[in-house]
Amino acid sequence: MRRHSLQHDGEGRLRHLLTIEGLKRQQIVDILDTAESFISVSDQQVRKVPLLRGKTVVNLFFEASTRTLTTFELAAKRLSADVLKININTSATVKGESLLDMLHNLEAMQCDMFVVRHADSGAAHLIAQHVAPHVSVINAGDGSHAHPTQALLDMFTIRRRKGEFAPLTVAIVGDIKHSRVARSQIHALTTLGVSELRVVAPKTLLPADVETLGVHVFHDLDEGLRDADVVIMLRLQKERMQGAMLPSEGEYFRTYGLTEERLEAAKPDAIVMHPGPINRGVEIASSVADGPQSVILEQVSNGIAVRMAVMSMVLGRAPAEGEGA
Amino acid sequence: MTEQDDIEPLIRQMADELRARLEAARVRDALMVGIHTGGLWVAQRLHGLLGLEQPLGELDISFYRDDFSRIGMNPQVRPSRLPVSVDGRHIILVDDILHTGRTIRAAMNELFDYGRPAAITLAVLGERSGRELPIQADVVGRHFDLGEHEHVKLSGPEPLRLSIVEAP
Repeated sequence: MRRHSLQHDGEGRLRHLLTIEGLKRQQIVDILDTAESFISVSDQQVRKVPLLRGKTVVNLFFEASTRTLTTFELAAKRLSADVLKININTSATVKGESLLDMLHNLEAMQCDMFVVRHADSGAAHLIAQHVAPHVSVINAGDGSHAHPTQALLDMFTIRRRKGEFAPLTVAIVGDIKHSRVARSQIHALTTLGVSELRVVAPKTLLPADVETLGVHVFHDLDEGLRDADVVIMLRLQKERMQGAMLPSEGEYFRTYGLTEERLEAAKPDAIVMHPGPINRGVEIASSVADGPQSVILEQVSNGIAVRMAVMSMVLGRAPAEGEGA
Repeated sequence: MTEQDDIEPLIRQMADELRARLEAARVRDALMVGIHTGGLWVAQRLHGLLGLEQPLGELDISFYRDDFSRIGMNPQVRPSRLPVSVDGRHIILVDDILHTGRTIRAAMNELFDYGRPAAITLAVLGERSGRELPIQADVVGRHFDLGEHEHVKLSGPEPLRLSIVEAP
């Protein structure tokens, strides 16, 4: 429970965004609504609003990322914040300075927000526990635990395409076990209340507790896709796998890879999503990834508006009682 | 609390004034932009009365407010929509009540992020004392002389109603 309450201030507003768990339905809807307004900023000649002028955002990426890092940086810049990117491989942590020492140094330089990506689950929580009261932390992916902004941009993309969540059948397909994205999506989709949430994967790629999350488990792709409105394909995370979880990539593609033929089991107007980066020919065929039902690139551009919403809501709180301004 | 029920004559008079101004300045293709929420209600009426060719634009100035760090994000912010380019165009900016002038400053900043208008005309349904910035309206429905603790409020959209309320 402490983990969840850490991200709210004394008045129930978001101070950090660490996980989808513990967010109320209305809080998620508020974020999506705010993101909707930021979409129009892209139509402006000057694609910037002055909300976070004078604020400094630090991107702390301990793990490789292109899309997430870039869209966080673009989002912060479109809000007029100053953005620092700390390249961890060349920073002082390599020279033996501890992570917390580095954070305190950055705070001393009056930074206002840390956007954290780390290979260890719980890294963003740890940092949030130790930052000064005026500093906010956004989790940009921690181990196999959570990736809340990715889940929010996926919800945003689904809502823009499908409208209401209540009638939808959503299938999440692939490597659920290693996927922080899947975990965050499951929490978001159950909080928003879809009609049916399915996970489709071999037993070896499912976490042990998966059924307690309120999902229907399928081991057969064709059954799992039947009449789905939304199909979310996950990347096979080869780098997080140890031992023989899979026979081979070719075998995986034959059993769980999404092809045009297999997509026919879903509703004709189903959308296909993928958080990227795509392993073409492993979990999804190129013809589907680039096909008419794919919204994969839309997810990327929606990521900017959603991250703008989260950053401005977290940094745009009037200071709560007992909190430094 | 006092109410002024019939504000339709005020809006008709504003429309007449705006029409005369646009004709005198030989403005064609003006874009009317209403500021959420009250300004948009007034703009919808004026837009109909003037029979403007361009669809009505709407601005939510939440992202341009100067008190963001003090009061935080407005959760009910709506998207701004400008149906045509503002570059080189005459803009008729419409708000409900002109008070401190800060809303209009924010709205003009936002408009300029969409392009460079040829000119901006400001029309407000009501104007009151208390300006904090050097901003004047070109077309005013009604002037209000208010006491220190009084505010004028527009409710709507149907019917539109102006009322003077005592601040607590």
